[in-house]
Parts: sequence; structure tokens; C-alpha cells
Amino acid sequence: MSEMAMQRVSPDASRADPRRLVIRRFAAGDRFFHLATLGAALAVLVILGGVIVSLVVGSAPAFRAFGFGFFTTQVWNPVTEKFGAGAAIFGTLVTSAIAMAIAVPIGIGIAIFLTELCPPALRRPVGVAIELLAGIPSIIYGIWGLFVFAPFMQQYVQPGLIAVFGNVPVLSSVFAGPPYGIGMLTASLILSIMVLPFITSISRDVFETVPPMLKESAYGLGCTTWEVVSNIVLPYTRVGVIGGVMLGLGRALGETMAITFVIGNAHKISASLIGPGTTISATIANEFTEAVGDLYTSSLIALGLILFMITFFVLALARLLLMRLERREGR
Amino acid sequence: MIFKSLISAAVVAAGVTSSALAADISGAGATFPYPIYAKWADMYKKETGNGLNYQSIGSGGGIKQIKAKTVTFGASDMPLKPEDVKSSGLVQFPTVVGGDVPVVNLDGVKPNELVLDGATLASIFLGKILKWDDPAIAKLNPSVKLPSTPIVVVHRSDGSGTTFIFTDYLSKVSPDWKSSVGASTAVEWPTGLGSKGNEGVANNVAQTKGAIGYVEYAYALQNKMTSVDMINADGKKVEPNSSSFQAAAANADWAKSDSYYVILTNQPGATTWPIAGATFILMYKQPADAAASGEALKFFAWAYANGGKAAEELNYVPLPTAVVSQIGKTWASEITTADGKPVYSAK
Repeated sequence: MSEMAMQRVSPDASRADPRRLVIRRFAAGDRFFHLATLGAALAVLVILGGVIVSLVVGSAPAFRAFGFGFFTTQVWNPVTEKFGAGAAIFGTLVTSAIAMAIAVPIGIGIAIFLTELCPPALRRPVGVAIELLAGIPSIIYGIWGLFVFAPFMQQYVQPGLIAVFGNVPVLSSVFAGPPYGIGMLTASLILSIMVLPFITSISRDVFETVPPMLKESAYGLGCTTWEVVSNIVLPYTRVGVIGGVMLGLGRALGETMAITFVIGNAHKISASLIGPGTTISATIANEFTEAVGDLYTSSLIALGLILFMITFFVLALARLLLMRLERREGR
Repeated sequence: MIFKSLISAAVVAAGVTSSALAADISGAGATFPYPIYAKWADMYKKETGNGLNYQSIGSGGGIKQIKAKTVTFGASDMPLKPEDVKSSGLVQFPTVVGGDVPVVNLDGVKPNELVLDGATLASIFLGKILKWDDPAIAKLNPSVKLPSTPIVVVHRSDGSGTTFIFTDYLSKVSPDWKSSVGASTAVEWPTGLGSKGNEGVANNVAQTKGAIGYVEYAYALQNKMTSVDMINADGKKVEPNSSSFQAAAANADWAKSDSYYVILTNQPGATTWPIAGATFILMYKQPADAAASGEALKFFAWAYANGGKAAEELNYVPLPTAVVSQIGKTWASEITTADGKPVYSAK
């Protein structure tokens, strides 16, 4: 194209004309390409805006009826049409927090093992297994959780927890009640398995970007593997690892089907982790099809808006954290 | 070249399917009657060539769809209140009868060995009776050896017609239940675990010693669950089977009902199963597309006349013939074109 542009100055006007046409065609093509990509980018904004607007409009009746109390009360009574999101918000945050507390150390541990310590023959099979774990649909986790994992929890894990912590002051109420099998703890454990591959595979990918020279220099100075990981690898890849953790957290907050099967679906805030609870997405999945009446539907949509806001705040918080980290590094 | 012919083939195929869909009767709603509607649709298509496109999206969805006029009929397990039916310009009629069966998991207790009455069942689901050897249960079951295990209540977590029938029954037999919980497709349960679907409840009951739950009659039967007998409104002990469900449908007072607003719970009769319920269809009185509504009514008329055996095979209970002829009269007088002619008339 630049070649043609140079030839444009040629004095021969009769030959310049078709060239100008060609150039104009290129310019038009470029403009079209620009508009097409701009349209694609704008489509995302339009869709996001549309979702937000419809959630806000749909949830307006519920917020008008219950006010700020919608966030804090745990009543959920379709008969008298009194609704509150307290139990669902509590369940969502607690299950996600427990899942992350389990999955983050294990996931990063797997990633460190795979990149720093693993014999090459094992690296591929374990890596593929992790990726397959990510590919299992959540309904499969739900069925497995209900038929296999929950009975296991009921027979072995929960009676053990109740017996061990039965006389410890605070923990006795955290692990109180009959072993139902399903409940908040079971849901959290299943969630941790589900978010594990996200954290692991992203951490592994960013660990591999650490320049070998840095690591080898550290080893050369006599650092142990632990020292190399904690002083070289993790600081170097902090941003990427936090990104992976946030991706996992996003999935944990929004996970629906697997949770619906194993959480027990009780609209109550109970101190016991063994007891049944509910999450925002599980409530919506359970009740939306049969929700009759405007206030009921609107309350479910309001739950959706709250989940949207929680996810948004989590992502914003992650961004803020990363920005502060980067600034400190820049100093 | 091949590509071109593929496209033209696809276009032809699309044209064919869209024209076939146009002739289909469209409906949406309750999941509970879906197996029998699908079976009837299959038989009807073989006989007449007309298909039925039924989306089992849930009763709430069915009501929304018919009110949005996107379907010819809506289906709901919970009947709309007569005033609601009228204000929306709708007609409501029942199709088949089903119901709930309480199921338990107790060591040494065989199907239909345990018997409960309404008040005791309500107390269990209210969390007031906590152990199986409670005097209230023992009094009803002098011959059964009841363990001293805690009762684990299992209920549906998803909104469901099954739950509506069950909670409606408990509201009728227990003033306590009525004032503190009430009846709906989803309620605020005082106690217990919520499980998704009949299969979820069945599985949790099967896994947990001392559990009690409720499932659809057909589901309990097909999975050979430990069902519980009930003491009905006449004070008689009844077993859940097709004749006790039929008795519930036959003994209900359909003739005097408005918009067939009859919930078959706690109905009179010595052999009546107390936790039964019909599933309903909603259609417009003066439909915009009279021909489509006529086709839908033709389908239901065919189903009432020829679908009884298929319904029984799937463990649904057909409506009594008196009710069917009453429904026919309702159609003729209420579902009409703008100039007052019935959209469907039996030949």
C-alpha cells in the first residue's frame, strides 16, 4: 500500500486514477474493519448494560416492598410474600470463602509441584488430569456429590467432626447437628474441587513464564526450592496468580447446579457448617420456574442483581489489589 | 456445488419443519403431567397426524406463557383462583389426577406398614415431633416397633405442584400449619432438608436413616419406595393405590365448583386417598386464534375419550366420566369465537 501511495505522485494522471480508486477501496476496507471491531466491542457494552437495566427494573418491586431490609432479613416465605436475601447472601459468601481457603493452597501447591519439582514423565498426565477436571460439567459434580460424596460425608466425615469438636467451645456450634450428609460444608468441598483446576492451570502457566535465569541464579546462590518459590517465583507471578484466584472465586460465587444438589436448600443462617443452607444461584435455580406472583419473581431477580453486584465488587477489589501491588513494585 | 445443494436442502427442510410446526398444538407449563401429555401426543399424532408441542417449563412458566399469549394452552398443577381465571379471561379445566405419598426410611419398616394421620404428619413437618418413637406415632402404630432415632424431614427445594398438594393437605388438617406455613408451590419450611425434584427427595430419604419425605405417587410406585398409609378425612386407613386416588377424584364435588377450583386433598369418602390433586389446563375464553384453540380442545377431547388406559399405565388417574362430560359443556358454552360460536364441538 505504501508503494502505491508513493506512486500516487506520478505525473501521469490517467494512470493515477485507477490507483486512487484502489487506495480508496483499501481505505474503505480499513474503515469497515474499524467499524466492525468497534461494533463487536460495543455489543458487549450493550449486552452488559441491557442485563443491568433489566435486573434493576425487574428487582424494583422487591426493593420497593422490602427496602434495605431485603439484604439483611432471612425470611423467605412465598406464601405470605415476605422475602429477604440474608440467608442466600450468607450461604454464597461462606461456601465461596471455604472453597477458596481449601482450593488456593492446594491449587498453587499443584502448580509449584508441576513446574518446579515434578519428574517430566508425570508432568503431562497430571496437567491433563487437571484440565479434564475443569471440563467436567457442573451437573456431574452435583450428581456425584449427591450420590457418592454426600453419603461418604454423612457416614465418615461429619460424625467424626461432630465427635472431635463436640466439646470445644466455639467449634462445637460450627460443627453441630445431625450428620445429614448434604449441607454447607459438603457444598464448599465440592466447590473447592470445581475451582481447583482454574487456579492450578493459570498458576502453572504463569509460573512457566519466570525466566530460568532468575531461578538458576537463586539456586546457584544456594537457595532451597522453597526459597526459590517464595522469593523468586511467587513475587514474579503475583499478578497472574491473583488473576487465577479471582477467576476461581468468580466461578465459586456463581456456581449453581452442583450446589443446588448438595447444599440442603434451607433459607436459614445457621452457625453450623454441617447444617443445610442455600446460595443465591441455588435459590434462583430452584424457584424461578414455579415462582407465581410479581413480588416473588421480582425478589428472585433482585437476588440475581445482588449476585451481580457481589461479583462486580470482587472483581473491582481484585483490580484495586493488583494496582496497588504494581505501584509498590514501581517504587 | 455440493455446498449449494446442501444449502438448498437445508432451506427445503426448514420450510417443511416450519409448516409442520404451524399445525402443531402449542402448550407450556407443569412438569408433573408432562409424561402423560407426551404419551397422548404421540398416540394422537399416530392417529390424526396432528402433533403437540408441549414445553414442560413449570406451572409458573405455564401461567406466564398463557397470559403472554405465546401458547394456545397453559398447564398448571396449582389451580388459579376462580376470580383470577375470570379477570384474565381464561377457562380452567382439569386433565388427570395424581398425588403425593409420604415415604420413609426406617429399619425394619416395610412399605404400607406405617400409618400416619394428618395432624401427626403436620407435626412432623413442623418439627414438633422429633423422634420416631414419639407417643403420637406410637399410638397410631401399636404393632410396629419404632426406633428412637431422630426424624429427618426431607422436602422439595424447587417450587413444585407436588409441594402445593402436600402443603395444601397439611393446611387443611392442621390449623397450626395453616397459620405458620400455609400452602403454595414453595413454602418457608420450618425444618428439614430441601432436595431438588422427586429424585432428590427420594435419594435423600433412601440415604438417611429416620428420614421422611413426600414424592409423587407414580414416582414412589415405580421406585418401590417405603410408602406410608394415611388416615383419611373419614377416619379410615387407606393405602396409596390407583383405586384410592380414583376415589379421591370421584368423591370431590366438581359439579358445584367454580372454574373447577377443586383441590383433591382431604376429600370425603371411606376409600379416599387424602393427598391427591388434579393438574389443570388454562385457555382463553375468546382466543385470538380460534382454529388453534379448536385443535387443542379436539386433542383434549380425544385424550379424555381414549387416553385413560395410557394414563393408568403411567400411574396417573383418569378423571371420572361425570367430570369429563361437565368439562365438555364448559367448553361449548365458554370457549367461543368473537361471535359466540364454540371453537370446538363434539361430533
